[in-house]
Amino acid sequence: MQNPYLPYPVRVDDIEVATEDKSLKTFKFVFLNDGDEKKFAYKAGQFAELSIPGVGEIPIGIASSPVEKGFVMFTVFRAGVVTTHLHNMKTGNIMGIRGPLGNWYPWDMLEGKNILIVGGGFAFTTLRSSIVYMLDPANRSKFGNIDVVYGARTPGMLLYKDELIEWEKRDDINMHLTIDAPAEGWNYNVGFTPPITEEKAPKGDENTYAIVCGPPIMIKFTLPVLEKLGYSNDHIIMSLENRMKCGFGMCGRCGIGKELVCKDGPVFTLDQVNQTPKEY
Amino acid sequence: MKVVIIDKGQWAEDLEGLKKSYQLFGPVGEKDYTVFKTLEKGMLPDFSTLNTRLSPKSIVFPQSEDILEFSLDETREDHHIMKEVKKDHPSRAVFGIRPCDAKSISLVKLNFDTAEYKDPYWLSAYEATTFVGLACDNPASTCFCTTAGCGPYHEEGLDVLLTDEGDHFVAKALTDKGETLIKTAGWATETEDTFKLKKKTAESKITSAVETGNLENLEILDLHGATFWDDISFACLNCGTCTYVCPTCWCFDIQDEVHGKSGKRMRNWDSCMFPLFTIHTTGHNPRGTKMQRVRQRFMHKLKYFLDKYNQGIMCVGCGRCVRQCPVNIDIRRVCNLMNSYKPEDACAAQE
Amino acid sequence: MLGYIDKIKKISKRLLQESRVDMVIGFRKGTMPMMNEPCFIKNPDDVDTLVWDSHCGINLANYLTNRKEKIGIIAKGCDSRNIVTHIIENKISRDQLVIIGVPCKGMVDKRKVSSKIEEEIQDTSEKDSQIIVKTRAGETALDKAEVLQDNCLTCIHRNPAIYDELAADLVEEQKDIDRYEDTHTIEAMSSEEKWKYFEDLLAPCIRCYACKNACPLCYCPTCFVDESKPQWVGKSQDTTDIRTFHFLRAFHCAGRCTDCGACERACPVGINMRVFTKKLEKDCLDQFGWEAGLSLDDRPPLDTYRPDDPENFIK
Repeated sequence: MQNPYLPYPVRVDDIEVATEDKSLKTFKFVFLNDGDEKKFAYKAGQFAELSIPGVGEIPIGIASSPVEKGFVMFTVFRAGVVTTHLHNMKTGNIMGIRGPLGNWYPWDMLEGKNILIVGGGFAFTTLRSSIVYMLDPANRSKFGNIDVVYGARTPGMLLYKDELIEWEKRDDINMHLTIDAPAEGWNYNVGFTPPITEEKAPKGDENTYAIVCGPPIMIKFTLPVLEKLGYSNDHIIMSLENRMKCGFGMCGRCGIGKELVCKDGPVFTLDQVNQTPKEY
Repeated sequence: MKVVIIDKGQWAEDLEGLKKSYQLFGPVGEKDYTVFKTLEKGMLPDFSTLNTRLSPKSIVFPQSEDILEFSLDETREDHHIMKEVKKDHPSRAVFGIRPCDAKSISLVKLNFDTAEYKDPYWLSAYEATTFVGLACDNPASTCFCTTAGCGPYHEEGLDVLLTDEGDHFVAKALTDKGETLIKTAGWATETEDTFKLKKKTAESKITSAVETGNLENLEILDLHGATFWDDISFACLNCGTCTYVCPTCWCFDIQDEVHGKSGKRMRNWDSCMFPLFTIHTTGHNPRGTKMQRVRQRFMHKLKYFLDKYNQGIMCVGCGRCVRQCPVNIDIRRVCNLMNSYKPEDACAAQE
Repeated sequence: MLGYIDKIKKISKRLLQESRVDMVIGFRKGTMPMMNEPCFIKNPDDVDTLVWDSHCGINLANYLTNRKEKIGIIAKGCDSRNIVTHIIENKISRDQLVIIGVPCKGMVDKRKVSSKIEEEIQDTSEKDSQIIVKTRAGETALDKAEVLQDNCLTCIHRNPAIYDELAADLVEEQKDIDRYEDTHTIEAMSSEEKWKYFEDLLAPCIRCYACKNACPLCYCPTCFVDESKPQWVGKSQDTTDIRTFHFLRAFHCAGRCTDCGACERACPVGINMRVFTKKLEKDCLDQFGWEAGLSLDDRPPLDTYRPDDPENFIK
């Protein structure tokens, strides 16, 4: 069995500033060794440890989609020691990636279902991965209606804007983009994510699942909305974050009750979350 | 399996002989206590103390251990590429590990040896080691092993069990690894298995106990919200003593260190008592208060582990934390409080 | 000191009954011989839980940091001096506190007791100036003076420096003792000898941080050893990092340490780290005539400047 601490060596292939305040950058990595990309086979919703020798590691959700080949992509907020170092890196630099880690959105169970995606701020990375996965011609027919509510403070703070505009034009996905306050040239919704969800999202039923990712405040106000819309707790899927080190369930810090966010999660239904201590 | 006699007159010589085939570890006196150390030439294990100050977990799980190495020298082809630090452990044997500590290693194995992931460092050290236990005929007043899933003659996790018979030891091989060690040492005089009787006598000397029978019936959230945590945690200093002396605590941190152009990634023991263990980069700390951290330690040992693995509690009753806690927070008291907790009473009290 | 407890209970009960305090911080009987556990009492009917004997060495000032309640606190000489330091450093305000002063005759070092007794100690009791130790083999009487904590042996502030209530008559302070005998010995060493001495001293450290966490002075929200931006100290068992922690911590206590002994008492591997703080305590006394925690009106030497401050030690 492979040493789970040992990262795959990768080269930084592309770095793009992702938001107007430059606090987020999107990195594309290419595996140095043949065969590693195949070994890194992942599903939308999983994360990986970005591993910078001499600096440390940071768990980040995978933003590229399993249907995209030749690279892996991560969008990273500059916050701590590792992410700050990462933001200062240049294309061509060598580092490591460890993973894929954690569970994923329950794609087997979601087949044949309507999907509502609610995202806020920069917690849209694994949601992008999921949308690209579902919209892939090989997969689109496996899912019913797809609705996406995605909100950010300003148009410039929306991630993957070009793709969002493209998706807006399609008729096999219902996009509900929103920003906090009116802005020039903005032709979509205005308002916080929770009320826009209430207004635009489809009603919950046995065949409709909601995947929700966003800042704690958005989650707090979105959950009651989903409940009002008729989504039951086992039809609301969330992705939790906690401080992590190993990423595969051994170092002990990310535990919430008997569940480990890194290994038993990060994806949990609201039902499952409600049965654990709120220690995330 | 074989039961043999080891003449104490030959003990020193036999162990010296074994050192040719094994790296030996055993309890060694240090100031006013004992710790497990490599037995260098001429050194014998000190069997006089019951429990070492620190547990022998460091033999398979050192407090600091290099796991990866790398070079930052960009003139090198392999710069910034991390490589595994290979652990070529020689055959090793621990002499005088107590049955509780041996059981703890088999509990910790549940964490490091899983279906999906295997920790190569812990496992290679573990697999290279033969565990030669020493049964406890005179348990301490803080030993509560018999109610914590083991006992003074418990065999789980051991390859050989020794019992002291005055002028000789009797050794019982429990695994093939144990048989090999006994054969290598040249201990061939077989004798009768007297362990059963001695076991009963030793167990009857255990005076301390915990009650655990009801823990599995309680809901995690009920216990988590119990009313006694403020009282239990008040005295706690939030030091790492309990977790570091505990044989079953396995939590660790991963750190990079660079000297010049060469670097290493290492893992170090960590402790759920430290705020840094869980703090997010945002400053938010899901277990930001002392009470939350104390609760995590006891809940992990006495409830989460129990529910997760169905292998009893994550405590072997060695009593180290009870003896070493600077403010006398006693896991036995906490365990009994948890076990006897009645959520309905708490609700009634609140009304 | 055995007789103190009745008065302590009486005062505590009165303070709680009259709602002068929300809680009393004291000790309850521990589960281990020679150990008591710090606790809080909120209900006047619970004051009988409180105990007082020669095993109350933990410095209770440690439990005051940033608390918001009105608190009655039981304070020996050293605790009271750390309470003064806490007040000066704005960790608690004077008007939140009712200090129940306890004139102290020294606290027992349980490791000294254990080292004198072969068998496992089952229980101890106190009689006059003796500690009666019970083992399975029988009873042994030890002279309390022989088993006191090292810091208590050289303590000259046994009476509380500040108090609102008193649990007993003040005791006579110790006189004619060399408080810095150990420090003199180390000062006389050559650099090489000192290095070797400190190396051996810190070798057993497991970085559990019991010393700093037991210390009432170590209340920084994030200790320098835990800082990550930048990370000052490595986290492994590297000896340089271990020494850095102990040296820096000691310097951080300069002019503040009351030599309460909490650090040594808490250490699970018996490191006598007081040799560091003791040297700094001595320097503060020599250079500035300063002893920490004796008065609410004086600023500590390290946060004041006086034109006549000595400076010949700056090299």
